[in-house]
Amino acid sequence: MTAQEILFQYCLRMGDTHNVLAHRMGEWCTNGHILEEDIAMTNIALDHIGTSRAWLIYGGDVEGKGRTEDDLAFHRDERSYFNMLITELPNGNFADTIARNFMFDAFALLYYSELANSSDETLAGIAQKAIKEAKYHLKHSSNWMVRLGDGTEESHQKMQIAINEVWRFTGNMFEMDDIDQNLADAGIGVDCEKLKDAWMSTIVNTLKDATLTIPENNYMLTGSKKGVHTEALGHMLAEMQSLARAYPDAKW
Amino acid sequence: MKEPITITELEVWKVLEQIPDPEIPVISITELGVVRDVKIEGSAIAIKITPTYSGCPATNVFEQDIKTEMEKLGFEQVNISFQYSPAWTTDWLSEEAREKLRDFGIAPPEGTTKDKKFLLGEDPTVKCPQCKSTNTVMTSQFGSTACKSLYKCQDCLEPFDYFKCI
Repeated sequence: MTAQEILFQYCLRMGDTHNVLAHRMGEWCTNGHILEEDIAMTNIALDHIGTSRAWLIYGGDVEGKGRTEDDLAFHRDERSYFNMLITELPNGNFADTIARNFMFDAFALLYYSELANSSDETLAGIAQKAIKEAKYHLKHSSNWMVRLGDGTEESHQKMQIAINEVWRFTGNMFEMDDIDQNLADAGIGVDCEKLKDAWMSTIVNTLKDATLTIPENNYMLTGSKKGVHTEALGHMLAEMQSLARAYPDAKW
Repeated sequence: MKEPITITELEVWKVLEQIPDPEIPVISITELGVVRDVKIEGSAIAIKITPTYSGCPATNVFEQDIKTEMEKLGFEQVNISFQYSPAWTTDWLSEEAREKLRDFGIAPPEGTTKDKKFLLGEDPTVKCPQCKSTNTVMTSQFGSTACKSLYKCQDCLEPFDYFKCI
């Protein structure tokens, strides 16, 4: 792989990660349990779309084949999508959404705080922007973690089940393959292995406040870096991409 | 033959100052601080903008507005690119712009991102833009647009938008 191909692949991974999570958050539109929450989730969706867009525009530039962010988002199949598995998990009930987002938000804040030091100016810029938004997202999801975990007996139970369910997808966020290692060594990308301890202490602290327990199961799922996903992603992309594929020249 | 373009960059900035923010029409895109650079080369113009929030839908609108205005000035090629670094911050809002926001009914960002309160992640004390009371409370961290939170005043009982400090 050339340096250019490596960077392109890296941009796809992060661009896809935000795009897929944005779509999941968008699915909450009109389904929030209170108006404020409906607005919060769609606001967060917008932030992720924006971050995804920045990654994919840059990816398209790096690739140099004239592909736009829309080409990349709407004209690649499931096996060519490289988003983190955790982001494609269906929304489930509200606790499932909060557990998924909380795990990711805690990661994203640490990841972008590191990426802000990237020797690649564009990536450092994307990171500086994303840090500010990740802070808001983490505040939102951790508030709900505590509110539901330390809430009623039922909300506590639902929150704990959600944590248990999402847990096996968290290891994937810290995986490092040759591409990641190459860019981390070059001072362009982030060594995600090194974020794990700080991430774990965020999780431990919040779960403690929320009176929730960290799952003991340490079996972690993998695959996203090779385009291998859970069954949820194909269904999601089919819906997300249908309009753009049926009407490739559509403008709105 | 076409007339050569004789407009200066300063004059372009004057035109940009007239383009309103699509969501908050009382302030212009230059007061908002999103226009970072203007460069004229022959009949082409390159403009760099920094988005306020990465997913802000208004970005596309003012991108189009800039294009239209520049074409009116006679530029044949208008290149608008995004500059992400340094990231946009509410610190770039002028005192005048903050005053205009207040008059429009939106509480401007309290202080700057360098303030201790902000750095410690504490919630700011927000003044009601209607009655100026500080007896206000946040009803939702996310408001009608990405850049705003929803507050209510406990004295005059009016709900209002607060332009988040970022």
